[in-house]
Amino acid sequence: MSTGHAEPQSFLRKYIFSVDHKVIAKQYMITGLIMALAGGFLAYVLRAQLAWPGDLEPHAYNTAVTMHGTIMVFWVAMPVLVAGFGNLLVPLMIGADDMAFPRLNMISYWTFFLSSLVLIASFLVPGGAAGGGWTAYPPLSADAQYLGQFWGVNLWILAVALEFVAFLMGGINIITTAMNMRARGMSMWDVPLLVWELVVASIVFLLSVGPLIAGAVMLLADRTIGTGFYAPEAGGDPLLFQHLFWFFGHPEVYVLLLPAMGILGEIICACSRKTLFGYRMIVWSVIIAGLLSFVVWAHHQFVSGIDPRLATPFSITTILISVPFAVHIFAFIATLYGGSIRFTSAMLFALGFLALFLIGGVTGIVNGSAAADIYVHDTYFVVAHFHYTLVPITFFATFAGVYHWYPKMFGSMMNETLGYIHFLGTFVFFNLIFIPQFTLGIMGHHRRISDPRIYEYLQEGQFLQVLSTIGVIGLLVFQLPFIYNFFASMRGKPAARNPWNATTFEWNTASPPPHGNFDAPLVAHRGPYEYSLPGDGPDWMPQWLPTPEQPVTSDATVASEDA
Amino acid sequence: MREVAMAVHESTTVQYADDTGVPTGRVGLWWFLASEILIFGGLIVSYILLRLNHPEWAVEASHTINAAGALNTVVLLTSSLLIVLAHDAASKQQLDRAAKLMNFTVLLGLVFLGVKAFEYTHEIQAGFTPVSSLFWSFYFLMTGLHGLHVIAGMIAIFVTARHVKRGENIHRVEYVGIYWHLVDIVWIFLFPLLYLGT
Repeated sequence: MSTGHAEPQSFLRKYIFSVDHKVIAKQYMITGLIMALAGGFLAYVLRAQLAWPGDLEPHAYNTAVTMHGTIMVFWVAMPVLVAGFGNLLVPLMIGADDMAFPRLNMISYWTFFLSSLVLIASFLVPGGAAGGGWTAYPPLSADAQYLGQFWGVNLWILAVALEFVAFLMGGINIITTAMNMRARGMSMWDVPLLVWELVVASIVFLLSVGPLIAGAVMLLADRTIGTGFYAPEAGGDPLLFQHLFWFFGHPEVYVLLLPAMGILGEIICACSRKTLFGYRMIVWSVIIAGLLSFVVWAHHQFVSGIDPRLATPFSITTILISVPFAVHIFAFIATLYGGSIRFTSAMLFALGFLALFLIGGVTGIVNGSAAADIYVHDTYFVVAHFHYTLVPITFFATFAGVYHWYPKMFGSMMNETLGYIHFLGTFVFFNLIFIPQFTLGIMGHHRRISDPRIYEYLQEGQFLQVLSTIGVIGLLVFQLPFIYNFFASMRGKPAARNPWNATTFEWNTASPPPHGNFDAPLVAHRGPYEYSLPGDGPDWMPQWLPTPEQPVTSDATVASEDA
Repeated sequence: MREVAMAVHESTTVQYADDTGVPTGRVGLWWFLASEILIFGGLIVSYILLRLNHPEWAVEASHTINAAGALNTVVLLTSSLLIVLAHDAASKQQLDRAAKLMNFTVLLGLVFLGVKAFEYTHEIQAGFTPVSSLFWSFYFLMTGLHGLHVIAGMIAIFVTARHVKRGENIHRVEYVGIYWHLVDIVWIFLFPLLYLGT
């Protein structure tokens, strides 16, 4: 094959140290989903403490919060959304037989795996895992005395750094593949939206993570050899770390949001049988969002003592960046409008995403303007806002993608009834967790309090904490149908090549695709979303079929099924 | 049917593996360099911002050995010239000459590290360690990180030189060359910032 590697035969080369992008994608996804169980358990631990305080030491509470955030952002959202879906779908959607650098891809996964082990190991060292918040602000994180833990934070820094290296390799691979490996005839305006979103997300990651890698090395030096990069008494500046962290940390939100939006676009088109509304406008808004994401970071620091003259421009850019995503949401709604909507499990999660993310986006305006943010900063309002954006991104989009592309991963269909139950439970209990937290935030509930009862003014809000915790328990219970469905469906009903009658390249090949992906090289004859065609024939026209001379007849579908 | 399809696949692969007209390896390399620039860029900008607030660092900077830094600048620039000549030789299929020029590049890398080691020894003996002040923390961090890149570049060039001698992976001469230029350019920024600025 052109990737320069034959189909491997031994178990070790085929499933463990594989260079096949589909196997690597599954490795990333399954590692991410296992880490999600750990992150979810930590969420339960800290919520239980907040509803019924007592059992957890403040230090252990801090560790649970820190590791919950770290795991969910870096070890669940990144590997599943960017690396998992990126590896699975970028080559399939552009008609390539593998990624541009298959061996680099394998090294990337195993570096990520090593970083997961380092992170888990940090729970076992004296002093426990890091408890300085997922942002690791100095001075708290810069001196081992303050947290009473030396190795916990060191291993945290090491694990995060390793993970960054893994995703740098993965990102270079995704960008290069999409730039250079496209099928003949596929111009940049014929590329499916998800590929665009993944490429821009990878570029944003690649160009924002560097300063934080430097910042992490400086933090490690402060902790271990006693330099003073972040120590004011040595002439250093703790604010420097905040800048380096958020210069990466905020673009990171878009690194996750963009692939999620791409997944949504694909599913909404296929399941409402309509052409994507304003494809080019969405692509331009992706690019503009990528550019703007580099100039919004200081909105995390409105109360950190930055110059007010700096706060105003950052308020403006922050509110500006909601425009490209409003374009996405409006375009998706316009796509749905008048469509013949098919409520598959994937579609339900996609629609749930739209509803929830809208709330996340609108509450973001409050945080984004410096004047309003000073009131709600560091309260549960911010926690609720953050989760109304990141939970739809990390979980709703992921679930939608898994239900939709499961045939291309395992060659069978997932159970739709279990999917419905999963969606209803997840949607209801998610709202039960976070709606009370908006109220708590407006009450002035600071977010880093391990025992709210010690403050008199918070006592009347305690029942909201209990409600929120009941929500977490419900949410976790309703993941059981998904976990069962995910594993049991591997032996489920075999999937056809194109179960959803979708138009992009990945539906041309067998389910699951063989090594090398396609029976024959594909040629792109049109854009990716030719749905709702007029006439009596099929209402869709895949990218890979040449334009027929006569009006399309239903034979075209049959031909594509066994092409 | 399938055999025919596979044959078509083989023959068209080359055509559609470089949509941009740029070889895939070079595209990947440039994105890698972009991420490297951001790592050094973050450090350099942090240093400049702090330096502007600490005019007294000029006194510390005067203890660096300007002559050694200048010598190292010449050494690195010369090595960059050699790798360009190696690339030229490789493109003319003069493989032995290319390998020899690349080995000389590695040798100059060693000279650079030797001079750096002399500087470090001298400075630490004079009491300027990574923890003696923030200027020296930056000095050792930035030159140390740069030194690691020099070592990585030397290894890459050395391995590629052996391949080229056997006639393999000749296109990689260009890639290691571009990487070596980055190492060189980073030093061009570090030298005035750390040594000369007073």
